[in-house]
Amino acid sequence: MTTEQPTVAGRTQLEAETGRTVGDPVFKWLTLAMAVSVFVLIGLIGYELAHGSRLALSQFGWRFLLDSDWDPVNEHFGAVPFIFGTLVSSLIALVIAVPLSIATAVYLTELAPRGLKEVLTLFIELLAAVPSVILGLWGIFVMVPWLRLHLFPWLRAAFGVLPLFQGPIYGVSMLAGGIIIAIMILPIITSVSREILRSVPGLQREAAYALGATRWEVTRIAVLSYAKKGLFGAVILGLGRALGETMAVTMVIGNRPEIAKSLFAPGYTLASVVANEFTEATTDVYINALFEIGLVLLGVTVLVNVLAQILLKTFAGPSVRPQN
Amino acid sequence: MNPSRLAPPEVKSCREEPQSIDKTQKNMKKTTLALIAGASLFAGPAGALAAMLINGAGATFPNPIYSKWFDEYTKVDPSVRFNYQSIGSGGGQKQILEQTVDFGASDGPMSDANLAKAPGKILHIPTVAGAVVITYNLEGNPKLKLDGSLIADIFLGKVTKWTDKRIAALNPGVSLPDLDLVVVHRSDGSGTTFIFTDYLSSVSKEWETGSGRGTSVKWVTGLGAKGNEGVTGQVKQLTGAIGYVELAYADQNHLPFADLKNAAGNFVTPAVDSVTEALASAKVPEDFRFSMVNPPGARAYPISGTTWLLVYEQQKDAAKGQKLVEFLNWALTKGEVMASGLDYAPLPRELQERVLARVKTIKF
Repeated sequence: MTTEQPTVAGRTQLEAETGRTVGDPVFKWLTLAMAVSVFVLIGLIGYELAHGSRLALSQFGWRFLLDSDWDPVNEHFGAVPFIFGTLVSSLIALVIAVPLSIATAVYLTELAPRGLKEVLTLFIELLAAVPSVILGLWGIFVMVPWLRLHLFPWLRAAFGVLPLFQGPIYGVSMLAGGIIIAIMILPIITSVSREILRSVPGLQREAAYALGATRWEVTRIAVLSYAKKGLFGAVILGLGRALGETMAVTMVIGNRPEIAKSLFAPGYTLASVVANEFTEATTDVYINALFEIGLVLLGVTVLVNVLAQILLKTFAGPSVRPQN
Repeated sequence: MNPSRLAPPEVKSCREEPQSIDKTQKNMKKTTLALIAGASLFAGPAGALAAMLINGAGATFPNPIYSKWFDEYTKVDPSVRFNYQSIGSGGGQKQILEQTVDFGASDGPMSDANLAKAPGKILHIPTVAGAVVITYNLEGNPKLKLDGSLIADIFLGKVTKWTDKRIAALNPGVSLPDLDLVVVHRSDGSGTTFIFTDYLSSVSKEWETGSGRGTSVKWVTGLGAKGNEGVTGQVKQLTGAIGYVELAYADQNHLPFADLKNAAGNFVTPAVDSVTEALASAKVPEDFRFSMVNPPGARAYPISGTTWLLVYEQQKDAAKGQKLVEFLNWALTKGEVMASGLDYAPLPRELQERVLARVKTIKF
């Protein structure tokens, strides 16, 4: 039996003090180490990719980023169509997914009755759990035929004056790739947006109501504008995923390395070409070029994120940032 | 597997009736039995691990027949186990060069540049051959006849309509629709593409100097789809589409495919027999790095190719080397018989004997 008096926390004074002198610094350094490991990891990935692609880097130099020819047999490699495909398919995905996700998040936090809210949330999270390859198969056998027979002809009839919606319809296309990515990034944008909207203080809403605002005005002024920075962050998280999506996209995008005006034309992405060709690449330059594609993808991802951060900085005003 | 997992029901019943000694004893017996069962489960894989493990990696195209061989071979020689990873021909060549596997496998022969990097002499051991068929989607699935220069021009994007008079000339009596030809090719690197582009290169100078032969090439036209299933899915969906898939895959999925005009001028239906005929009439050099497209045989199907196992002539590990040679001898004789059941063409007798003679030269 100890005779020392327990402190408020139920521990002895001595224990509390050693905890502060030893425990806190240990805790601090430990978490610092964890945080630093992320940088180390990205640095290592970058180094490995650069090291793996050194032959291609020295042979093609900057031409790799300017050349649109991809010819494994004659060992002539350029990444332009893949960069184009990655950016365009991700952009299409964002155009489709962002309004859908944010509207869903608004409904879930502001309007939905309790029971429905839980069911909807469950389904959105289920969508996130569908494996990429399953989504791809669904894409080939269900989505693409539907796009080819219904949506695309309609788009061509309605907006055919735009070059975006001209040309032959095969079904598999840049647009199909964008749509499948949109489906894949919907859950993450919705979930993060929902958390952000939930963290908007109730006082904001009450104040707006007190001014006689309608429900839409409350949502627009008090909630969305308060949370816009955080919502932007949610979109960036979705974009990060979109840039790297591979398997499902490969199955529906048509895999043709060309830069077409029409969204009905097939495209190709950086991630897809690596997944497609890496296993059977035999020559050194070829493997190195595929590594360099990986390096370019990393570069594009970093660049897009940095640009997004700069864009984010231009937004002013009070706001809530996403927690992750 | 874990005995403690099997125990809980018994423990529970003990708690429920602590006085019933009889039952407790019975339960103890059960637990002991469960423990023994668990222990023997552990012993199973442990015993297997004691067997020699021979590692291989490479081509995906022959994976079904290789898996069958390795499985059957455990009955012939239980003391050896094969672990084959179908990671692709590129990986197979890389790993045998780096000696991380005991044998490699490839759908294309290794290039001189790659062979020069090897620390020892690598032998190409042809095992089975397969064919690539031209499949298409037309109303009513008519049986089509095609020839080499026409196929090349279709894949070069020069023939773009089904109503093209060259198609009509080869197919009198078939009513061809006024539709665009939509070319579908593999997007992933594959041995199937190697065989097909090897054929196109042999029948068209323009193809050879333009896209050339390889597991992935620069396609002039068409849609890229992943895997045999992707190409099939795409062709099935688009009326007017034309693509190429493995014979085995086309057969199992009842796809329509074209008869092709061979070098002797006959139209031949792709089948195991016509591929073996192609192998028999192909010119096979001493190092077995050969292409067998467009061979002269009268009944030979023109788009076919073989697949190779890659082994070092000088084996590092004597015991493993001996087991590997024993296996190769078995595969090239008894194993070959199983090939046609899986839609692969077995080696013809003469070539089989030449390969077996080469296997004898492996030193360990």
